[in-house]
Amino acid sequence: MSLGYVLRRLFSAVPLLLGISVILFSIIHLAPGGPLDMYTENPAVSKEALAQIAAAYGLDQPVPVQYVLWLKSMLVGDWGYSIRTGRPVLTEIVLRLGPTLELGGLALLISLAIAVPLGIISAARRGSKLDSSLTLASFAGISIPVFWLALLLQLLFSVQLGWLPSAGYKSIGGGDFMDRLSHIVMPAAVLSLATVASWSRFIRSGMIDVLNQDYIRTAYAKGRSERGVVILHALRNAMIPAVTVIAVDFATVISGAVITETVFAWPGIGRLFMESMDGRDYPMLMGLMMMGSLGIIMANIIADLAYAALDPRIRYG
Amino acid sequence: MAALAPPLLEIRDLVTEFRTESGIVRAVKGVDLTVEAGQTVAVVGESGSGKSVTSLSVMRLIPPAIGGIASGQVLFRGRDRQVRDLALEPEHAMRKVRGNEIAMIFQEPMTSLNPTQKVGHQIAEVALLHQGLTRAQAWKRAVEMLALVEIPEPARRADIYPHQMSGGMRQRVMIAMALACNPALLIADEPTTALDVTVQLQILELMRRLQREIGMGILFITHNLGVVAEIADTVAVMYGGRIVERATVEDLFDRPSHPYTRGLLASMPTVDRAARAAGTVARLKAIPGSVVDPRNPPSGCDFNPRCAWAIDACRAAVPPMFDVGNGHGARCIRWSELDG
Repeated sequence: MSLGYVLRRLFSAVPLLLGISVILFSIIHLAPGGPLDMYTENPAVSKEALAQIAAAYGLDQPVPVQYVLWLKSMLVGDWGYSIRTGRPVLTEIVLRLGPTLELGGLALLISLAIAVPLGIISAARRGSKLDSSLTLASFAGISIPVFWLALLLQLLFSVQLGWLPSAGYKSIGGGDFMDRLSHIVMPAAVLSLATVASWSRFIRSGMIDVLNQDYIRTAYAKGRSERGVVILHALRNAMIPAVTVIAVDFATVISGAVITETVFAWPGIGRLFMESMDGRDYPMLMGLMMMGSLGIIMANIIADLAYAALDPRIRYG
Repeated sequence: MAALAPPLLEIRDLVTEFRTESGIVRAVKGVDLTVEAGQTVAVVGESGSGKSVTSLSVMRLIPPAIGGIASGQVLFRGRDRQVRDLALEPEHAMRKVRGNEIAMIFQEPMTSLNPTQKVGHQIAEVALLHQGLTRAQAWKRAVEMLALVEIPEPARRADIYPHQMSGGMRQRVMIAMALACNPALLIADEPTTALDVTVQLQILELMRRLQREIGMGILFITHNLGVVAEIADTVAVMYGGRIVERATVEDLFDRPSHPYTRGLLASMPTVDRAARAAGTVARLKAIPGSVVDPRNPPSGCDFNPRCAWAIDACRAAVPPMFDVGNGHGARCIRWSELDG
């Protein structure tokens, strides 16, 4: 695994990020309205004051000029200021990153811990009743809308049973481990449902593919038990195709789960995105989306490195 | 001569079936086969003749979900000199037999090794499983085995991955893996088919040498009669799930007594310098028709639809095995007329 390879990959991501930024900047400005709409109906804000604010943020310039201005400051590490809060974009992102990493990290751990065994069992017992039920369950898991499931869980565990708080990061004045845990359980469960469902499908199909290989027969011919064959010979080979999917999902979850965080009032990146969207907070949105893009590009590089780690036939020079 | 010990492997009336969507398919229809210690028995036939299924049945390597032995016996004389019927052994007992007392090598050395594990690790695994060695001892054993199969620089080669080796080298690794526990019986399922001709010969020589040194019996599955002549003591020719002819190698080539065997021999290319110089090289004779469809076998002798000698009696009943002399058997009612 050469450092040179990683550096080259990162370097080649620069033009990609530039292209992405052009597209994102244009799309944002296609959305109706703008960041100053909240002032236009306010009688206390005069037309002159409005023009002044617009000029201060460069919003009176044509969109291409705005883009060039944004890019120039971005290149020197200035992510701009949030129009909504007035604070630096980077500061806002860093503030919200902690809760998102907690939620996303937990959800991913749950997903891995459940999806890998489910995928293996499904593949080893393919065609069985267990496999069919798991298949059905995972299609349900992929199909159930996140917001609907979240509402149902809130209804059951918060309203009916009163076991868990319905939303939020911690109780006011609270914040010990159990309090934080009770807040994170539901959003983490909701967030992991879709990934468990899709990952277990990928691991199942990878596993079925590998279990038909000649070297699996060799392993049985050596006197290995089914469990030994699956764990020692099949698993590593079966994980190789699943790695890309898992890595990209990692990036997606870490860069903020918009719906889950919104429904559960989780103070993370996803909710920040939603709020910035409502306020047409251009600099904030650009910052968040550029970070997300970078995350996905990084995840792909990490996936490629993981390939090489799992499969000795793959070497990058 | 001492009292006759039971043979190393004695297959009696083996029937193996597969469950398919269109019903039960009988791939092996009553095979009898004996392998003595130190002896090589070749099973010859086209694809679909049931030769590989026979070998997988001995190892009980057919997944139970797909099929398995329906009836018959697989009598194996173990290291403890006790004869057991492998057809009836429970799975956990079979795991102690596989790789330990009976080992198997396969046709495709390119795909039969795990691509993500080092070669030495894959050989050491067998020794770890069956011999209770420590990891270090097992690794040492792996290096010894690589030296035994004549791989140069065995210590270095143990530490590389299969994709860094040639096909011939990988088949040597497979043999090293198979012999790591000194098995009494080696089942070789087309071990040289995927290899270059020169490499084929090297592998056959290696197997012969190791057989002399270790004394294991070999059940050699192949479709190549040239390879049979090279390695086997006795031959069983399979067609449509049955053995149609059995004899010593010399006898089979001298006196092929089943039309199918004759067809196989006639379809073998030979290098006849005189004929080539005279421009009279005969075209290879292919056997007309195609192999038996196991879902829809012909009535009577399986070979009758393709056989030039077939008569009504051939379609009426499956012919028994006739003794054509010298322990040579042929499943053909017209065996004595073939030379006429």
